[in-house]
Amino acid sequence: MRYEAPETKGEAVSLLAMAEGSGRVLAGGTDLLVQLRSGVVKPGVVVDIKKIVETREITTENGGFRVGAAVTGAELDEHKALKKLWPGVVEAVELIGSTQIQGRASMGGNLCNASPAADSVPALIAAGAQCHIAGPDGERTLPVEEFCTGPGVTNLQTGEFLVSFSLPSRPRHSGDAYLRFIPRTEMDIAVVGVGVSLSLDSNGICVAARVGLGAVAATALLVTEAADALIGTSVDEGAIEIMTSAIRSACRPIDDKRGTIVYRTRVSGVLAGRACRIALQRAEQS
Amino acid sequence: MAREHITTTVNGDPVEFLCDTEQTLLDVLRDELRLTGSKEGCASGDCGACSVTLDGRLVCACLVLATEVEGQKVTTIEGMAVGDQLHPLQQKFLDHAALQCGVCTPGFLVAAKALLDRNSNPTETEVRYWLAGNLCRCTGYDKIVRAVLDTAAEMRG
Amino acid sequence: MAAVEKIFNDTITDRETRDKTLKWVGTRAPRPDGVDKVTGRAKFGADTYLPNMLYGKVLRSPHAHARIKSIDMSRALALPGVKAGVTRDDFPDHPAGAVQPAGEMVINYRDMTRNIMAREKALYEGHAVAAVAAVNERVARQALSLIEVDYEVLPHVIDVEEAMKPGAPLVREDLITEGVEPVPEEPSNIAKRVEFGHGDLDLGFSKADVIIERSFKTQPVHQGYIEPHACLASFSEDGQAELWCSTQGHYVARGHCAKLLQMDVSKLRVTCSEIGGGFGGKTVVYLEPLALALSRKACQPVKMVMTRDEVFRASGPTSGASMDVRIGATKDGRITAGEAVLKFQAGAFGGSPVPAAAQCAFAPYDLENVKTIGFDVLCNRPKVAAYRAPGAPLGEYAVESVVDELAKTLEIDPLEFRLQNAAKEGTDSSYGPKFGPIGCVETLETAQSHEHYLAPLKPGQGRGVASGYWFNIGGQTSATLNLCEDGSVALVVGTPDIGGSRASLTMMAAESLGIELDKVRPLIGDTSALGYNMLTGGSRVTFAGGIAVHGAAADMIKQLRERAAATWDVPVDDVEWHGGQAVAVNGYKDQEDPMGLLDIAKDMAKSGGPIVGRCSTNAQGAGPSFGCHIVDVDVDKETGRVSVARYTVIQDAGKAVHPSYVEGQYQGGAVQGIGWALNEEYIYDENGKVENAGFLDYRVPVCSDVPMIDTVIVEVPNPTHPYGVRGVGETPLVPPLAAISNAVENALDIRFTELPMSPPRVLAAIESVG
Repeated sequence: MRYEAPETKGEAVSLLAMAEGSGRVLAGGTDLLVQLRSGVVKPGVVVDIKKIVETREITTENGGFRVGAAVTGAELDEHKALKKLWPGVVEAVELIGSTQIQGRASMGGNLCNASPAADSVPALIAAGAQCHIAGPDGERTLPVEEFCTGPGVTNLQTGEFLVSFSLPSRPRHSGDAYLRFIPRTEMDIAVVGVGVSLSLDSNGICVAARVGLGAVAATALLVTEAADALIGTSVDEGAIEIMTSAIRSACRPIDDKRGTIVYRTRVSGVLAGRACRIALQRAEQS
Repeated sequence: MAREHITTTVNGDPVEFLCDTEQTLLDVLRDELRLTGSKEGCASGDCGACSVTLDGRLVCACLVLATEVEGQKVTTIEGMAVGDQLHPLQQKFLDHAALQCGVCTPGFLVAAKALLDRNSNPTETEVRYWLAGNLCRCTGYDKIVRAVLDTAAEMRG
Repeated sequence: MAAVEKIFNDTITDRETRDKTLKWVGTRAPRPDGVDKVTGRAKFGADTYLPNMLYGKVLRSPHAHARIKSIDMSRALALPGVKAGVTRDDFPDHPAGAVQPAGEMVINYRDMTRNIMAREKALYEGHAVAAVAAVNERVARQALSLIEVDYEVLPHVIDVEEAMKPGAPLVREDLITEGVEPVPEEPSNIAKRVEFGHGDLDLGFSKADVIIERSFKTQPVHQGYIEPHACLASFSEDGQAELWCSTQGHYVARGHCAKLLQMDVSKLRVTCSEIGGGFGGKTVVYLEPLALALSRKACQPVKMVMTRDEVFRASGPTSGASMDVRIGATKDGRITAGEAVLKFQAGAFGGSPVPAAAQCAFAPYDLENVKTIGFDVLCNRPKVAAYRAPGAPLGEYAVESVVDELAKTLEIDPLEFRLQNAAKEGTDSSYGPKFGPIGCVETLETAQSHEHYLAPLKPGQGRGVASGYWFNIGGQTSATLNLCEDGSVALVVGTPDIGGSRASLTMMAAESLGIELDKVRPLIGDTSALGYNMLTGGSRVTFAGGIAVHGAAADMIKQLRERAAATWDVPVDDVEWHGGQAVAVNGYKDQEDPMGLLDIAKDMAKSGGPIVGRCSTNAQGAGPSFGCHIVDVDVDKETGRVSVARYTVIQDAGKAVHPSYVEGQYQGGAVQGIGWALNEEYIYDENGKVENAGFLDYRVPVCSDVPMIDTVIVEVPNPTHPYGVRGVGETPLVPPLAAISNAVENALDIRFTELPMSPPRVLAAIESVG
């Protein structure tokens, strides 16, 4: 196995293209090293992208933020302005693993690992995040909800890698929140994860909403029916109940060692309601 | 196959070692540098027994490739005491009986120090969540949390 | 009492007198091995390296049950860097029924040789099939991939009730159940049936106003020690060997390895490393015989360390169980009869802790009519190893749940109900012996008046209590006190220190000698240093080790008095030992200056030679330890998640030599119990493979999962120990399963009879009721 640490996007793209599929990108390594140790992946070359400046920066962009794919959870948590604008996204990333994992893990890695239960993804979907990808044919942008195509599978072609995310600006009276269910208080993979983002007008009526749902299908889902249940309402308990029901209908989970179909479906509704109330409170206070 | 040559700093001292690309920082600390204070409990980042800091960040050494630490600063449990002076956390762990078998203790000490370096007045809840990545099977965590809170109080003066 | 007097003419009065003037025992003294542990200096099983060392790795069966038709090592052995390989052909068989005394245990070596290396069949996923030693881990792993094994996959069985059914796949084709009359004609998976009890059950139940009968089901759990098994073996060309390993009993490991490798016991020297947790799981050997066999072939040291995955798949997780309990009581709360049938998984070989479970289940109660029956059942899982009061947590989970239900039905406070039926000194225990002085009533009364029990519950919370019991053991133990030329003392013991016991033993030595604590330096000797020492387990070290240390001190004191008497030319009967000094008494009082250890030591050579205090004993009379736990839980009714809001452990220690470490045992056992009750379980797929062989999905409690664990140390002294000590290490794991289940019942009015009470199970129950 070779280890390379390129300093530009172009170099990284070349290395990955030349590896013809046996290359693996290394950011925080909290997924990759576990897979290496268990023999699940046997890459020919590991391409460490952390020396590429664009993957490690957080910069303002059009009232929102451009966040490097290899920025760690710990660094995101320390960025006050980003936390203020997108508290749900940051709290979702903060839930990934332990403090030690947070010292290394990144949003980019979390998305690219493409676990259906990845914590950051429902929140990124709810936020309407965009992915910036560099590859042999140049650079492209993709909405985050299109990035994962199946468990462990992404839209990335050979030679491409995820460079950064764009998180949009927010109108006034906007809030987002992410909640997940785990059996313990920490350290578990999400059994269900829900991200809700909404914006209210000056009368408290919801004018925009997005809801992301994780761990209940082959990929995290953008649940438009759930958002539709909130738009045009004051996000009262009646609207939340309709949203909850839409969430449960969207679930396509499996039975596995982390949860059953029945359980996941039930709890997804409970969490959606709870996350919605937090997002609402944040929107009212912003 | 040729091994990689890495130059880094460990506990303030310049260090060089040879490693395979598959070796983790934990493998190298133990098997090449014989710094066996950091332990392997799981090799998958779930137990925290290999906790070290990398450029000031608390991480699991089992999830860092040895090649990644080129030019970086690593601190381990072996760097916590200064000469024969124990760090206040180490002394408080002894005073509070915050260890029984002791295998998780280096990881807890490194992690707790990382907490107190950032937050000199953590609540019990903050301590528990910060240390959630460090497993202990012997103590039930009670005396560990008390030791950390007591150390924080003492260090605040 | 007889044992105490036999060793050193100590009486209960002597102990009571000593108790009034204790200087070290009962204090929170500094721990002698503490600084090495907080600096990372202490060496655990995987922390040693030798020149020319090889790395060993094990090939493990991917099948839960398969005949091994052939094993071809040739390609593996031909790989450059591979120095040795072993399979079943390298370990001699032991005939069927080769049951040998080994220290205090009775070991079936036919089973053990098959457990460390599969012979005819692979009996569980993870079963060792071959092992190699190579110049580094990468080559060793590569070599494993070159070993060709021809398996004939067989149907498997895991669940205990499935395994008991006629027609179940047989783990051992010729196993006839022991303990059944008439002797069965057909083989089955039932290795043994045991029965304990006394009285007339039918009569007892006929007198009951209320009878409650329940069936319980639990899943296997693992001891969860953070340090994986690890060892380093080094064989010399002349057949002598050294073994360094993480173990709870290096003498036991020595005996097993010598037998398995067919060598003299004395030719194998075993050093125990510091041990990163055991809880019973490191009382057996797995890697050690393999490392020795590989080292013998390669004539190079061989290091072997289990990965976490191997620990979960291939060490000795406990039994899962099916249990039926029936208890009857009068309407004013007197239990008239109790009956339990316990079916435990033994794993691939017989020997589950069902007998101990059957003995302990009703132990907290004074019953006229009681019967417990246990079945030890084979299945395609690893051979179960001990886990902290082995068997008792399960038996008492079932009984304490039914006791709780009875109390509720009869509208009697659960602690009051237990007090009305409590075992006391003189009670005929449910398993035979009469109890001596015990603290069952004291722990219950302490609980009743404890602030936790009296505190109001918050809305939605529930509170549960449960009692627990473990017999504790004594056993073969040796200790030596060596007087150094400068009057300091080296204490050599032979019991690995898994929780701080060397601190307690040092304190008792200093106390018995009457000297300063820091003048005694403890060492855990290797197997060449002392006579036989039974393993660290059974909560025996502070008890039996204390007796041995006190005996060695008494032996040393006798010699010190003799030397002083000779120096003064005074009869030895007129020399006493007080406050760490020899003093002349009676007619010679005040005629000579007292002599301390330094005074006597500096002239040792002239006065008769080295002064060494020794004691070897097979300690008897271990006092049982009773406990009572109080727990409050919150239940999130929308998700089914149970959290522990408050926990108090009350347990009898006899005498707490070092209170901090006694509290630590109480707290650690309680939290293991929380994990077992709420989240820990082995999950098997349809092929009998473990799905959650890691700390991610095998969910032990993390720091944020639990509150502070309050403790109360009750002291009802044990008359057979010089300081009144009872073992305490195991009882803490016995009450939590029922205490937490009872608390959940109190919160939800739903009785759970299956563990763990994980969120999906709890939510499903809540929704089916409401």
